[in-house]
Amino acid sequence: MFEAILLTVITASTPLVIAALGELVTERAGVLNLGVEGMMIMGAVCAFATAQLTGSPYLGLLGGVFGGAAFSLLFGFLTLTLVANQVATGLALTILGLGLSGQIGESFVGKPGIKLQPIAIPLLSDIPFVGRVLFAQDLTFYLSMALVFGIGWFLFKSRAGLKLRAIGDSHASAHALGINVIRTRYLAVMFGGACAGLAGAQLSLVYTPQWVENMSAGRGWIALALVVFASWRPWRVLAGGYLFGAVTIGQLHAQAFGIGVPSQLLSALPYAATIVVLIIISHNRRTTLINTPASLGKPFVPDR
Amino acid sequence: MRIELEKRPRVSLLFSVLSPLLALVLTLVFGAIMFWLLGKSPLNALYVYFVEPLLEVWSLHELAIKAAPLILIGVGLAVCYRSNNWNIGAEGQFTIGAIAGSILPVLYPQWHSWIILPLMLVMGMAGGALYAGIPALLKTRFNTNEILTSLMLVYIAQLFLDWLVRGPWRDPQGYNFPQTKSFQVEAVLPEMLASGRAHWAFVFAIVAAVALWFMMRFMLKGFEVSVLGQSERAGRFAGFSARRMVWFAMLLSGALAGLAGISEVSGSIGHVQPSISPGYGFTAIIVAFLGRLNPLGIVASGLVLALTYLGGEAAQLSIGISDKVSRVFQGLLLFFVLSCDTLIHYRIKLVFSDVRTVEAKG
Repeated sequence: MFEAILLTVITASTPLVIAALGELVTERAGVLNLGVEGMMIMGAVCAFATAQLTGSPYLGLLGGVFGGAAFSLLFGFLTLTLVANQVATGLALTILGLGLSGQIGESFVGKPGIKLQPIAIPLLSDIPFVGRVLFAQDLTFYLSMALVFGIGWFLFKSRAGLKLRAIGDSHASAHALGINVIRTRYLAVMFGGACAGLAGAQLSLVYTPQWVENMSAGRGWIALALVVFASWRPWRVLAGGYLFGAVTIGQLHAQAFGIGVPSQLLSALPYAATIVVLIIISHNRRTTLINTPASLGKPFVPDR
Repeated sequence: MRIELEKRPRVSLLFSVLSPLLALVLTLVFGAIMFWLLGKSPLNALYVYFVEPLLEVWSLHELAIKAAPLILIGVGLAVCYRSNNWNIGAEGQFTIGAIAGSILPVLYPQWHSWIILPLMLVMGMAGGALYAGIPALLKTRFNTNEILTSLMLVYIAQLFLDWLVRGPWRDPQGYNFPQTKSFQVEAVLPEMLASGRAHWAFVFAIVAAVALWFMMRFMLKGFEVSVLGQSERAGRFAGFSARRMVWFAMLLSGALAGLAGISEVSGSIGHVQPSISPGYGFTAIIVAFLGRLNPLGIVASGLVLALTYLGGEAAQLSIGISDKVSRVFQGLLLFFVLSCDTLIHYRIKLVFSDVRTVEAKG
């Protein structure tokens, strides 16, 4: 029983962790992309469609990643090349993504999905309990873990990561040092898009293997809140993601047990939890200021 | 080839007017391509979508019905965005406004007095304002990002509505449908003209738009909104309080969204049900930007966006295009608006050879 709950918590947390990690890199480069929800749902529909057409869930996963990344380019072009308002453009990305995915996915509604099967790692998965929980998961879980380590190393131990953080903290200084601000930001935005796409793919290939309109159900927004919650650190994203996953699964189980509370109240819990977490994390103005990338959301036009 | 931006010495007046129109044209061109890809005749589809709804009296009434909430919410959001407060939870404030306004007709169906309707409208506005007050309180007290909190509150409001109409507010004689009793006649927003269904919400929308235009243009409050929105620091020097502005902007936009909500329930639907809005609160964001955050511009853009809803329904019936195309249209439109707005502040230059690299090497 406990093991089963833990497994569902992992499945519910993985998309949040992946999407939040992608957005974390984007924001570390100083770009605020509020379109996570849109990129996620595009990833979900692209992944589902690719899996249906090719019969392979792995190609589906790849389709989701490319779908998310390609869609994020639209945001990149508007905010980086045309210096449009990042908040408004992010909203536009979400609105367009929800509409476009509904249109693309219309012929897939009600079709049985293709589930991404778990891969048991030999030997490790034989360890009692831990083995079955951590080493007999599907590829997306392993990817999410690799991303936590990889991004942690990239941002704080590599030269390229240092440059990326420099751009996020002061794009003018970084530009003066000869770092290509716009190009790096494009890459960061696309990385965020690819991660959101992967998270969406996880939704339509693992979490609930089918296509339902608006199936991301606000997870993109929760991922955005997670980045703030994690004060832009990959490890804390992991912790926050699992906290939210646990709340989501906890309320589902509470509904199943029928504990005499309206199901709608329980369904509202993850959203309410997001607000509470945001309050706790932001009430100290000074720590927020220290952690936030200083150029976050500010437009940049290189002087020539 | 690269794209370079060159800052204009001053804001281009020409493009301030032209950019929304340019965006509309681009959206139509892309729409035509989309219809073509879907295997429909592009011209016929565009005609069904954007012209046919304008040809008959009843559909003009429908246009006013759909435009009213969009304009009401849109003008409130415009003031909010001008002041650099990002309320994107208008959909939730719309829902709570509808619920708060419906308390009287749902709980007192026997009350037949003219006073009930004005009371409902006031309660609807108060409900929307209070709900927008939550992100305002959190922003001013705890420095919480209002974008995320206002959006999370949308989901909570919708679940609350769902619980109400399936639980305590359900009509016992309603054959188990999740909806309340139909409102008594006195609680229904009357029609505007004898010729059709359009009700007074459209009048409210026009009044709100003109009033807010006047405020932004001629009143100190409007100046305060713009100054604080452009630079909080400059506003402080002028003695304006950014904190109070958060409250003003959020409560104003919340109240208008609440008014839109109760007007929709009272005028168009006649009872409360789980789904009361086809995403008006989100579409109003597009309306606000297409109207260039100018209340009078928003009247025009609200009508345009209302047309996409109507056209979507018409196209679904007559040429079998899914009404989801409307959402795509709306999303595209916002994208083009935002990109065309660049032209107001910048000249866009296409650079075909990288001259600077050559110079540097030479």
